[in-house]
Amino acid sequence: MTTLPQHTEKSLGLVIDLDTCVGCHACVTACKGWNTENYGAPLADTDAYGANPVGSFLNRVHSFEVQPESGPAQLFHMPKSCLHCADAPCVTVCPTGASYKRVEDGIVLVNESDCIGCGLCAWACPYGAREMDPEEQVMKKCTLCVDRIYNENLPEEDRQPACVRTCPAGARHFGDLADPDSDVSKLVAERGGIDLMPEQGTSPVNQYLPPRPRDEAPEFDVLAPYLEPVAEEPTGFLGWLDRTLSKVS
Amino acid sequence: MHPAPSIILFTTLSGLGFGMLAFLGLDVPAPRGWTAFWFFLIAFALAVGGLLSSTFHLGHPERALKAFTQWRSSWLSREAWLAVASLVLMGLYAIGLVFFDTRLRIFGIAGGLLSLGTVFATSMIYTQMRTVPRWNHWATPILFLAYAIVGGALLTGRVELARALLPLLLLLQVFAWIDQDRHEREDPSNIGTATGLGARGSVRAFEAPHTGENYLTKEMVFRVARKHSAVLKVITLALGMLIPAFLLFLPFHHALAAVAVLLHLAGVLVQRWLFFAEARHVVSFYYGR
Repeated sequence: MTTLPQHTEKSLGLVIDLDTCVGCHACVTACKGWNTENYGAPLADTDAYGANPVGSFLNRVHSFEVQPESGPAQLFHMPKSCLHCADAPCVTVCPTGASYKRVEDGIVLVNESDCIGCGLCAWACPYGAREMDPEEQVMKKCTLCVDRIYNENLPEEDRQPACVRTCPAGARHFGDLADPDSDVSKLVAERGGIDLMPEQGTSPVNQYLPPRPRDEAPEFDVLAPYLEPVAEEPTGFLGWLDRTLSKVS
Repeated sequence: MHPAPSIILFTTLSGLGFGMLAFLGLDVPAPRGWTAFWFFLIAFALAVGGLLSSTFHLGHPERALKAFTQWRSSWLSREAWLAVASLVLMGLYAIGLVFFDTRLRIFGIAGGLLSLGTVFATSMIYTQMRTVPRWNHWATPILFLAYAIVGGALLTGRVELARALLPLLLLLQVFAWIDQDRHEREDPSNIGTATGLGARGSVRAFEAPHTGENYLTKEMVFRVARKHSAVLKVITLALGMLIPAFLLFLPFHHALAAVAVLLHLAGVLVQRWLFFAEARHVVSFYYGR
């Protein structure tokens, strides 16, 4: 049913630390690897070794440059996947009931055998979290590795999404954001986690931790302003060289 | 948004077809016999042809029947129900008029209203997209209905009415474009809110996640139309409204009326192409476009 649940027992999701992410794309590779071999249709690539390779991914890393009013520009890497929104617009537009939000943990999933591949859910998502698989022609999206997190055949430390498990920088965290005592909720409270595009009214579950303020370069010597300025024009041997070379060139 | 030909054809043809069915069902005197046969044949060909072309953009058209299940929440599902209901009722109404010289008034009225309902449901599929400011606007359903009604009047030979409606449609379309431009400009989403970094300074997409294209950039980050949008708007107004209205004010001749209908159709196709190609999806902020 593509009406949204009034309430979910848990709100499982990711917390992504923009201060820690180094932009290595390991989460992209781990995600593609796990989700190609497990739940649902494999994530296809077309023309993979040709001139114009295109494929479906559930997680992609963008890089943004921020130019503050003063000082040098800063660079941030932003991994982006489904935010498992509480008010997921992708779910309600689905005509077949293939898209749904789970009552037990809030994960947004696609039942691929019901998907007609109309693409409306991808239009409805402001975050670009859904991609049509070029081979299977069904909509693919992050499952929060639903086939890992409850999988008792895996060692306990592996029962988390592949992207979180693989992140070498520790920039990704997984947990229940509806539980105020969970590690992820504490992290969000401590660091002031934010919603992406809150004005879209989607109430995303995934949170992004904003970068901490950067250090400022200190004034290196209090006496420096009183020193004689260095000569602007070269003198002596360098001055002669400069004048001579200027004549030649 | 990517202007898929199947969707442009679908919204244009089915809009005209259901507009025509609305006139055939609601307006009196209803045609009878062979005249009715040809009118209904054209209307059904347009409406059903449009609906069929819409299935061409589906990844799995063989599962299309499942689209009838979610009418409680999905406008696409509601459109499917309304289309089938209006086609069935208008089919029965047509059988009465063509073969039995009998006007089943209730079927005509209900079928005519449901035909307009179908066009409205189609328009709401686009209007509900909060992610596309240009569509998420009052003008989307009004224009879809207005084009269906004007097309229906033209195709069912209501010359007097078409003369009056074409200039009104022109004014409505111009006003809608101006207000949609404003609405898109004033939309609160930008690269700052998309990244959450807007308060720190001016944000620029430094590097895309990949060097090529992907489904999102092909489907939702389409940019060709914006450069030519003014010219295409003039073409829409000329073909869709101005020239057909002029032709209808000349002494009436069937050939002129037919040319007016074809020009109007061409104008609506250009308008629909712009409707998709000009619309900007907020996901394009992530791709710096």
